[in-house]
Amino acid sequence: MAEKMLEVKDLKVYYEIKKGLAQTFFGKPQVLRAVDGVSFHIDRGEILSLVGESGSGKTTTGKAILQLAPASGGSILFDGEEIAGKKDLSEFRKKAQMIYQDPYQSLNPRQYISDIVGEPLDVNGLVTTQEERNERIREALESAGLTPADDYLYRRPFELSGGQRQRAAIAGSLIMKPEFVVADEPVSMLDASIRTGIVKMMLEQRDKKGVAYLFITHDLSLAWLISDRIAIMYLGKIMEIGTAHEIIKNPKHPYTQALLDIMPVPGKVLTEKRRILEGETPNAGTEVRGCKFCGRCPVAMEICGQVEPENKEVSPGHFVMCHKYTAGAE
Amino acid sequence: MSLLEVKDLKTYFTTSKGKTKAVDGVSFSLDYGQCLGLVGESGCGKTTTALSICQLLPKEGKVEDGQILLEGVDYASMTETEIMKHRWADVSIIFQGAMNAFNPVKKVGWQIAEACMHHQNLTKEQAWERAGDLFEMVGIARERVSQYPHEFSGGMKQRAMIAMALACSPKLIIGDEPTTALDVMIQAQILELLEKLRKELNMGMILITHDLSILSETCDKIAVMYAGKIAELGTVDDIFNHPVHPYTKRLLACFPNINSEERVIPDGIPGYPPNLIDPPEGCRFCPRCAESMELCGSEEPEFLQVGPEHFVSCHLCKEGGEQNG
Repeated sequence: MAEKMLEVKDLKVYYEIKKGLAQTFFGKPQVLRAVDGVSFHIDRGEILSLVGESGSGKTTTGKAILQLAPASGGSILFDGEEIAGKKDLSEFRKKAQMIYQDPYQSLNPRQYISDIVGEPLDVNGLVTTQEERNERIREALESAGLTPADDYLYRRPFELSGGQRQRAAIAGSLIMKPEFVVADEPVSMLDASIRTGIVKMMLEQRDKKGVAYLFITHDLSLAWLISDRIAIMYLGKIMEIGTAHEIIKNPKHPYTQALLDIMPVPGKVLTEKRRILEGETPNAGTEVRGCKFCGRCPVAMEICGQVEPENKEVSPGHFVMCHKYTAGAE
Repeated sequence: MSLLEVKDLKTYFTTSKGKTKAVDGVSFSLDYGQCLGLVGESGCGKTTTALSICQLLPKEGKVEDGQILLEGVDYASMTETEIMKHRWADVSIIFQGAMNAFNPVKKVGWQIAEACMHHQNLTKEQAWERAGDLFEMVGIARERVSQYPHEFSGGMKQRAMIAMALACSPKLIIGDEPTTALDVMIQAQILELLEKLRKELNMGMILITHDLSILSETCDKIAVMYAGKIAELGTVDDIFNHPVHPYTKRLLACFPNINSEERVIPDGIPGYPPNLIDPPEGCRFCPRCAESMELCGSEEPEFLQVGPEHFVSCHLCKEGGEQNG
């Protein structure tokens, strides 16, 4: 039986947008619902992919879990302990790490790789001697695939290629031996030819050390390839969540179906017209009544614009938020 | 006569460490209404090829050798003043970062109208009118010409970029990663738009991308570039279904196939592309190639024709061709 490691319940992240001085004092501020009631869990050693378009709130969700963005509501249980609003996060921070998207910006250009990777050790006071510190850094670099580690210790980020930089960034999060990692589009900036090497290395960490990942990506095919389960996000809500196989091979939500329809596949020559959704994802600041996807949904019904659909379990572990599947709606 | 003919193009950059051979002997041709996909890893010379065609290279870069014939006129030997007459009017480019390509303090419509006034001698009113027409052509409401870039979403900015590229009805349009920064849904919208416009206006198009998967939907021909050279050139069918060059095969294998039942993580390509200041002798892919032979490290392969429109630069196709009969 898999052990629940992280449980997110009804997580909300709202931002207030203030326009001008008069509104600051008198008006009601507009609320941007970046994450609007998201619930899911991640088991130990599990990979959950969070897929969605830009502005759907995937990164904000990841940051809110790590308490890097202020949660406006909901609860985040890590190993059964409430994290949201907790004052002393030092223990949690040792167990949960983040990998950022852009290795060209996330590494300090003036620091040596050894200092970038070793910084968490210094911050947390985990090592006492220089030898011990170097040993941990070497270990982290090697598990991130930068071998031999000695070649990289005293290099600076500009001396490394994009793929090597991202490996160094990952080494920085692995050095804490985390149990849980939020990986925010870790390979989207990299060439396809080096992407898989990094993904494989991350999977290896899972297999060897039981690291669980929240893998944030916009690439459905990558999500399918590596994850145990996939959650599809749209405008701050999870529209559909289920095992990777279920979501890709048996998608239920019209949005998931639309995303899969227009996925370009190498070698596939178009025989029919692309089924493209009209328009663009609305701004999260606009208030949407009913289902958030309603305005662009090709099969929207009357009820969709009025009532928000429930989260319906269509098969074990496969939840869909769509009126099409709630009883009575035909 | 074909629309564009690039013959043995060599573009080098002068750096403090020596000459970077960013594009080193690239040849291809393109017909009216055709679309050529230029694909490869970062740093393989895709964008440099495009910039060479428009003569928009930064000052360190120079076309050292070769010809760029657009309707028989050689762009490579032109002076800046001569080329200015052709840029926009005959060839235009859609840049990669649509988000940053517009001037943020000028109205989007004006930035388009400006080009029309320069190249087509339109009056200010006519140019604004033209900008409005172009906006409608790419699916943006006419009224939005007087808005500023920050009022546009990413997809709309990219559409406006396309409108700008079309301003003077060019014969050749180059899209440098036109959809890379966009979401899949917007990407599909933009690709559809480009395809429609290309057919309507019978333009030639070069689509530069690192994402092989979008090429099969949009292109007629594909050129796979590696380290400043074309490794393989052929029709979409040639490249995807009958690839010959080991690099093409490996690159194709890097993209997961979502339609298959089995989940197999692709192998990727070990190693990194070579340093182009001092490229390896012989075939440039040789150090990363799993099928390399002794010959590959010493002798550069020729660009051989293996099918009606299929060209490959690899020693294997010479040898292998005999073996496979």
